[in-house]
Amino acid sequence: MAYFLQQLINGVTLGSIYGLIAIGYTMVYGIIGMINFAHGDVFMVGAFIALIAFLALTTIGITAVPLALLLVLIIAMVLTAVWGWTVERVAYRPLRESFRLAPLITAIGMSIVLQNFIQIAQGARVKPLQPIVTGGYELFHQGSFSVIVSNIQILIVATTVLVMGAFWLLINRTELGRAQRACEQDRLMAALSGVDVDRTISLTFVLGAGLAAVAGLLYLLYYGVIDFFIGFVVGIKAFTAAVFGGIGSIPGAMLGGLIIGLIETFWSAYFTIEYKDVAAFSMLAIVLIFFPTGLLGRPEVEKV
Amino acid sequence: MGGANTKSWDRDPILTVEHLSMHFGGITAVDDVSFAVGRKDITALIGPNGAGKTTVFNCITGFYKPTEGMLTLDAKDGPPHFLERLTDYEINADARVARTFQNIRLFPGMTVLENLMVAQHNGLSRASGFSFGAIFGLGRFGLAEKEAIDLARYWLGQVGLLPRADEAAGSLPYGDQRRLEIARAMCTRPRLLCLDEPAAGLNAKESDALNALLQAIRDKEDTAVFLIEHDMSVVMRISDHVIVLDYGKKIADGTPGEVRIDPHVIAAYLGVSDEDGAALEARP
Repeated sequence: MAYFLQQLINGVTLGSIYGLIAIGYTMVYGIIGMINFAHGDVFMVGAFIALIAFLALTTIGITAVPLALLLVLIIAMVLTAVWGWTVERVAYRPLRESFRLAPLITAIGMSIVLQNFIQIAQGARVKPLQPIVTGGYELFHQGSFSVIVSNIQILIVATTVLVMGAFWLLINRTELGRAQRACEQDRLMAALSGVDVDRTISLTFVLGAGLAAVAGLLYLLYYGVIDFFIGFVVGIKAFTAAVFGGIGSIPGAMLGGLIIGLIETFWSAYFTIEYKDVAAFSMLAIVLIFFPTGLLGRPEVEKV
Repeated sequence: MGGANTKSWDRDPILTVEHLSMHFGGITAVDDVSFAVGRKDITALIGPNGAGKTTVFNCITGFYKPTEGMLTLDAKDGPPHFLERLTDYEINADARVARTFQNIRLFPGMTVLENLMVAQHNGLSRASGFSFGAIFGLGRFGLAEKEAIDLARYWLGQVGLLPRADEAAGSLPYGDQRRLEIARAMCTRPRLLCLDEPAAGLNAKESDALNALLQAIRDKEDTAVFLIEHDMSVVMRISDHVIVLDYGKKIADGTPGEVRIDPHVIAAYLGVSDEDGAALEARP
């Protein structure tokens, strides 16, 4: 029981990070119907920006943890959003009217560009960060096994809940969210109703990148090491989470992230850690057989 | 067909179409068509199937880039807008031309009210400082949002959908969806409202209500109405000005009374025998 609870805590933490990234995939798919394969690498760039920002803040003497975290969060979100915006502007917008596969191929190209850029600019070795958020609470113990929830785990889950809450308000309560939902349902009609579709799409990428930056920062804090390749592995997991939950559905992405995180953690805990990815992807295959549109997805209606 | 400058649409046009042509590969859908749409008129564009009516609409609303021609929207309160140079978004946002579709295009998953709020996106977006204001709950956005809701409720009242404001647009019956589409177009505060077969699929009672609505828009709002219509009884009853297309060419242009007795129009709608056709060709 204690062991189970511990794994639950770990799984929710990991799932939060996946969920934040998955939203970026699902939102972009919802609005322009493409899979932004560079999104995982935008997350990786976000993690690097967060790392550099931490080091820079330490150098200029800002060491108070809450202040440093807040500053790094803002810096990472803003700069990563600029990256996300640029990727859309440079690689996807010129191909908007092109055939369906074209942006998909440039997306893969952008992914490689970002990976190689970071590999060359930052080096291929893993980059460590000394633990910044330490400590935790022992909830209870059973025999020699104690269930611990660490401060960083609390921070990750709390930040995710907060950010997702704000994001939910943005989508459902503001006119930007309204415009996004309108573009998602009928892009042409949205344009004819006076919605600047190009700007709405740009803002979607900016928002997705902002969330990915939050995930990048949390990942960096949780694991303490990053390298240029994390975008691929974590990105594919988050993409799986988005498909799992029903691509195009934002609550689906959150749910899918959580489930993928839990499957991975529980599989590692009870079976073999080597096969955790196999387990996660197999679950995806099984779910897609029984729910072809994912858990919360809507069946695609062909527009005439 | 009457002397120049005596018709309302020549005296005060909101839209002037000059030498509009649209080719698709080797096919000429619209062939050198010129006409004017009056600022205070209901103008109808009619013609048999495949005459190019919807293509003309698509050129005006930026869905197609015309092969040739000039489309000038006279804004009265500012410089004219050259529609052939604008994107579909700018045609709505800047030139303020709104349209509806033959096959209804609402945002089906959003509520009736939200559909009308999307149409007011521009003003709201500016007032909210592009959403940042809204997130931080700044007052100006609240006010703009309230005004937008007021306008949306006004148009819902006009089209009789106020009780259904919070239902999903896709779940409304067909006739209601048609009226909602018009309400959404009106919420963009258009100078020119283009309606593609607004009466299609409506029963007689709904059709009468639509006529009354269009006349109210012409008389009370600062909006010119331009519609494609198949239903001749609708056209003849409410239009001030009728333009007839056939095979991509304009064959008649005038008041309903004039068009009704025009031999070209009769020929296009009813067909002619070969002798009559030759006689028609021989006319000056």
